[in-house]
Amino acid sequence: MTARIQLVPPRPKRGEIVEIRVLIQHNMETGYRRDLEGREIPRNCINLFICRYNGVEVFRADLSSGIAANPLLQFHTIAEASGELEFWWKDDDGKQGTERVSIAVSE
Amino acid sequence: MSYSGRRRFLAQVAAGIALPMATLSSARAQTEQSDPLAWAFTKGVPVQRGRVKLELPLLVDNGNAVPLAVSIDNPMTPDNYVKSIHLFSQRNPVRDMARFFFTPRSGRAKVSTRVRLAGSQNVTAIAALSDGTFWADSVHVLVTLSACMDES
Repeated sequence: MTARIQLVPPRPKRGEIVEIRVLIQHNMETGYRRDLEGREIPRNCINLFICRYNGVEVFRADLSSGIAANPLLQFHTIAEASGELEFWWKDDDGKQGTERVSIAVSE
Repeated sequence: MSYSGRRRFLAQVAAGIALPMATLSSARAQTEQSDPLAWAFTKGVPVQRGRVKLELPLLVDNGNAVPLAVSIDNPMTPDNYVKSIHLFSQRNPVRDMARFFFTPRSGRAKVSTRVRLAGSQNVTAIAALSDGTFWADSVHVLVTLSACMDES
């Protein structure tokens, strides 16, 4: 599962609030659709998303089929130290996805 | 009936009519408290209106991707921060839409996403603050093309 991450501003100053935008490629199958043969397409949605900043969890989301396909999440964190932002998520089928983005904080 | 007796009777009738009108105005707030989904979250603590700002378009063409933003003006310090925001839907097959958990390191209690709406309905956001209080906001959205209902 791929994800696109964007940081606003991309090079924050220490103490500045950074907006993190995450777009994950995932169908978020609701389980209510049928395919062309009429068979039910089973439910498969991302149900857990965690963002860690240098190993410390800063944001967590429990998602459901109520979130649109290719889930977009925009949240904030305080830019404290340079390092790595790690994004991890898993879906109903048990598949996990992860993405890492380095964050460079200037003084 | 004597004159004073009639006055007493009329006063009692007037008091009897006043009671249901007060209940009607707080019906929306009571709906949240009596809603079992909200109750499971708040465990009976009264949910107050205000502080939370839920932004949704009032009219949506396609219910499959409705932009949503929910925010609370809060200092987000270790002794006063927003712990979580729960999104509830009125008519979706799965009413518990999402839960977002914040920490004092979040800086701002604001999250944006896109949701699916299965028909025109009220969307409610209930926020839990670190001091144990719950605040809510709800928006009524008109949806032209419902998600989940149209199989394609």
